[in-house]
Amino acid sequence: MTTTSMTTPAATGSRPMVKAEGVHKSFGTAHILKGIDLEVAPREVFCLIGPSGSGKSTFLRCINHLEKINAGRLSVDGELVGYRQRGDKLYELKDSEVARKRRDIGMVFQRFNLFPHMTALENVMEAPVQVRGEAKASARARAERLLDRVGLADRAGNYPSQLSGGQQQRVAIARALAMEPKLMLFDEPTSALDPELVGDVLDVMRGLAEDGMTMIVVTHEMGFAREVGDALVFMDDGVVVESGHPRDVLTNPQHERTKSFLSKVL
Amino acid sequence: MSVDINKSDGPADAPRDAAPAAPQAIKAVPVRHYGRYVSAAVAIGLLAAIVYAFAQGKINWAAVPAYFFDDRILRGVGQTMLLTVISMLIGVVGGVLLAVMRLSKNPVTSSVAWFYIWFFRGTPVLVQLMVWFNLGLVFEYINLGPIYKDYWSSFMTPFLTALLGLGLNEAAYMAEICRAGLLSVDEGQTEASHALGMSHAKTLRRVVIPQAMRVIVPPTGNEVINMLKTTSLVATVQFYELLRYAQDIGQTSGSPVEMLFLAAAWYLLLTSVLSVGQYYLERYYARGSSRSLPQTPLQRVRANLLSLGRPKGGMA
Repeated sequence: MTTTSMTTPAATGSRPMVKAEGVHKSFGTAHILKGIDLEVAPREVFCLIGPSGSGKSTFLRCINHLEKINAGRLSVDGELVGYRQRGDKLYELKDSEVARKRRDIGMVFQRFNLFPHMTALENVMEAPVQVRGEAKASARARAERLLDRVGLADRAGNYPSQLSGGQQQRVAIARALAMEPKLMLFDEPTSALDPELVGDVLDVMRGLAEDGMTMIVVTHEMGFAREVGDALVFMDDGVVVESGHPRDVLTNPQHERTKSFLSKVL
Repeated sequence: MSVDINKSDGPADAPRDAAPAAPQAIKAVPVRHYGRYVSAAVAIGLLAAIVYAFAQGKINWAAVPAYFFDDRILRGVGQTMLLTVISMLIGVVGGVLLAVMRLSKNPVTSSVAWFYIWFFRGTPVLVQLMVWFNLGLVFEYINLGPIYKDYWSSFMTPFLTALLGLGLNEAAYMAEICRAGLLSVDEGQTEASHALGMSHAKTLRRVVIPQAMRVIVPPTGNEVINMLKTTSLVATVQFYELLRYAQDIGQTSGSPVEMLFLAAAWYLLLTSVLSVGQYYLERYYARGSSRSLPQTPLQRVRANLLSLGRPKGGMA
């Protein structure tokens, strides 16, 4: 734990939705995150870009505690991720407490990870019914509305194997939204899709952004980052190289590393 | 897309659409597979020879139907099925438990499970049955405090011996089958469930196990069939089941070999019924894994019958 970060965030207007201070993560001897500092404001669309292996996805997974950080502080909506602080001592959270916090954070994966043995509708209903104990009727009604919102009302009865990649990813977004999260994490949501299917998924994400959802998006879609993003961070080799407004960073990068990366992907 | 005005009165241009859709079917002399005719003739010949040999043998075939529905045989069939079901239940529950233990992060529980599987898989089930039966040499009586107290020999009835021997042995095999099933489910499924806020237990029950079942059911069906046949071993610990009753009848009626054939026929009948059940169970757990479910045998027969009524192709 760093000693500089012991002060709690005072009431400085709106408190950040996500705050990372000196976050480190390593797998065995591989040092993946080497001190990440960043803040994500509420209602912000925050894009993370960078070459593969730079630690973007790992950082995203730390936010909902799918990975445990080794050092630093990471908090969501003012509460530490995975720990409780009493005095200056940290206590690890129980599994059930971690699960409770994850309810408020939606996550969309590169490989969709829909439940293959459930229909699209059942996928979306699963968490509200099983985790929050919601009545089936109301969960079904909301699931139908959500599927309609992502343009798949007529596919409710289909199993994931009967849907295209783009449709699966939109169901996955609806599934995450069903828990009414305050924060959505997108882990390269369009990287596994055929180029012509990317647009539908990005449209759904654009709609979410317009509705004021706080989103952290790991992406290679520079067009999306420029149009929809409010903030952008370029990561390389486990550190934040450059950050700023997407338009500025993408059109006028300051660091050599950023320039060479962007020249390859743009 | 241009819409033709004529298109609206459908039937008028229907023949025009259909005309190019009928290509000339290829007519060719098929290759003759003479090897196939020869091998078929050899196989039929061998089969006929075996049937003839058995028909000629000094076996009183009439005794088989005469005793097929004998009270004792039916009681034996009942006992065999009961033993199969309960032993299998012990095996499945124990197997799931052992598989979860083996996959647990706790080194003590995982090594206990490993040791259990090592021991029960590594010794013959017949030996295990006999050891259970004779454990009275080690434990003279069983004492569960105020609840139960009795001599081992009167506590360990043949039925309990059979259940423990078969069930505990089966658990070791089922553990490996379940472990393979649980490991076959993609890790992304667990992550997605956790990300939605599901607990470990709920993830296992709602997401992992239903998918693991696709891998678990086929070998488990195998195990059930195996178990049904293995129950014949418990005749050695004085438990009366199908084979034991058949042998008894054989002794008294003077047709011991005929009764073995009778028992074999019953086992065959029971395993056939189980195979059908397994088919439908597999079909149930295939939900969502393929785009369309395979037809049930009944549906297939019906479809075949319907297509027989229709002229095939109708081209030449």
